[in-house]
Amino acid sequence: MTYSDPIISVDKLTKKFGSFTAVNAISFQVMKGEIFGFLGANGAGKTTAMKILIGISRPTSGTATVAGYDIYKQTEQIKKSIGYMSQRFSLYNDLTIKENIEFFGGIYGLTSRQIREKSDALVEKLGLQDKFNRPISDLPLGWKQKLAFSVALLHDPKIIFLDEPTGGVDPVTRRMFWNMIYEAAYRGVTIFVTTHYMDEAEYCNRVSMMVDGKIEALDSPARLKEKFGVNSMNDVFVRLARNQDKAKVQ
Amino acid sequence: MKTIFHLLKKEFRQIFRNRAMLPILFVMPAVQLLVLSFAATFEVKNISLHIVDNDQSSLSRDLTQKFLVSDHFKLTGISFSSDEALDDMQRHNTDVILHIPEHFERDLVRNQKAKLMLSINAIDGAAAAVENAYATTIIHDFNENIRIRMADQISLTGQPKVLSVTQSFWFNPELDYKTFMVPGILVLLVTMIAIFLAGMNIVREKEIGTLEQINVTPIKKHQFIIGKLLPFWILALVELGVGLIMCRVIFGIGVAGSIWVVFLFAAVYLLVVLGIGLFISNFTHTQQQAMFLSWFFMVIFILMSGLFTPIDSMPHWAQVITEFNPVRYFVEVMRMVMLKGAQLPDILPQLSKLLVYALVMNGLAVAGYRKVA
Repeated sequence: MTYSDPIISVDKLTKKFGSFTAVNAISFQVMKGEIFGFLGANGAGKTTAMKILIGISRPTSGTATVAGYDIYKQTEQIKKSIGYMSQRFSLYNDLTIKENIEFFGGIYGLTSRQIREKSDALVEKLGLQDKFNRPISDLPLGWKQKLAFSVALLHDPKIIFLDEPTGGVDPVTRRMFWNMIYEAAYRGVTIFVTTHYMDEAEYCNRVSMMVDGKIEALDSPARLKEKFGVNSMNDVFVRLARNQDKAKVQ
Repeated sequence: MKTIFHLLKKEFRQIFRNRAMLPILFVMPAVQLLVLSFAATFEVKNISLHIVDNDQSSLSRDLTQKFLVSDHFKLTGISFSSDEALDDMQRHNTDVILHIPEHFERDLVRNQKAKLMLSINAIDGAAAAVENAYATTIIHDFNENIRIRMADQISLTGQPKVLSVTQSFWFNPELDYKTFMVPGILVLLVTMIAIFLAGMNIVREKEIGTLEQINVTPIKKHQFIIGKLLPFWILALVELGVGLIMCRVIFGIGVAGSIWVVFLFAAVYLLVVLGIGLFISNFTHTQQQAMFLSWFFMVIFILMSGLFTPIDSMPHWAQVITEFNPVRYFVEVMRMVMLKGAQLPDILPQLSKLLVYALVMNGLAVAGYRKVA
């Protein structure tokens, strides 16, 4: 399968906080239906870049479009077309699963009938029938993450942004989580995901490596491994991150 | 509209799910209203009185007697020297000294005038003013009796000149401080609930991270602010209703005017207070910051509201500041409507000022809410 239709186009996007440049003139494209891995060490600028793309942070310079909308002027249209799951769990812990679904479905403008259908389907798929009317705080973390992902998909977004969605989750649940990602991608949702797990990077169609605010590499996992002459994405990551540390020492 | 409905539903669910919330909303203010209404009294009782009677005449004893039968004074010392009495005051044993000079009776009978001196411990100025008023009233009464008695004697020879001034207090005939204070205290309680709930709310969502999730939805800024404002607006109005019922049942203070005028005014007033709360919430990052900032405003609002100290006696610059104090207007209007029976046209100046204030504050709250991380 090849992807040729860009749904996210980023050109020389820059974000400065005072004299510190968090995102330094990055340019890339994400194709429709693609699972795009957005990798980088802690503090490399991933989250900052992602916040610009989802319309909750303004860039200092550069341009970008997301789902065909401009990130300066059309942030509200962008928000209608995307789903977002942050690295902090951000459903309401004091509300039940049902109430969270009603609320988020409601503010995305779904009808009560759509909300009911969606929540029925969702609960059945996740097997949460008996927990449906319990506060979310009772759920284990892995379940919470799967639920948050499903809620972010409620309004059928074109693109979903996942910021370290599997942080702190056990390997089995991570596997299940990635199955859900694949299912969504299969239905045509574009996935933009950041992660620190290099096995997860292998699941992506293409990955970009961000180092110190710049994108140092961008290709399919196989081609990246070939290019750096290593066997795993882990080594690719270490290679790039280490170069960067050396540069800092010099 | 539907978005706002979903926000309201969610807020109410969270409020009523929180076990601590209902006691905070209803029990706490009820206790405060009860306790504060009895404690915030301007009445001064058990005033320690020291009498220096250098006359020892029947009239001086009459006067002394008049003080002793009053509820307000209790005799703590009698002496013949002012120095001794002042020493007593220095040791905080006495609040008021009545000096009756020698020849008091003689001067009074002969010259129809005599001098008395009151010395009042004015460390607490407000209490001193009240003590002075009580003592003056008693002396005034005494004076009146003497004139009548002497007039009887004089009437044999000529027409007595008896001129008396009677006082009557309107709207609060018994000068009961509770009538005066309770409506004001109720205002403060409703205000505190409103400003703290609203002030903590958005910032709490910032802290737990749910606000970021809201910010990536296509929700409109005004929808969000209305959705945050309405639940507390409704709760505060209910709270006011409960408070008014308590005023009626416990203190016997009814609303002399129309209850609808009270609620109409409260409805506009609460928009101002909640607007301030949401504004604070927008510009702070933690609940702690929001709490301190809310307190900063609350203390100024309370002490400059005219509830405890009259605004007229504040320096001019302070009076100007009170123009921006919404609590001042609500206290004024509550007293006007509850005690004087003021009607809607009477409170229009205050109402229109608050209407403008509400528009500005909520405009700022909407503008200040940025859908960014």
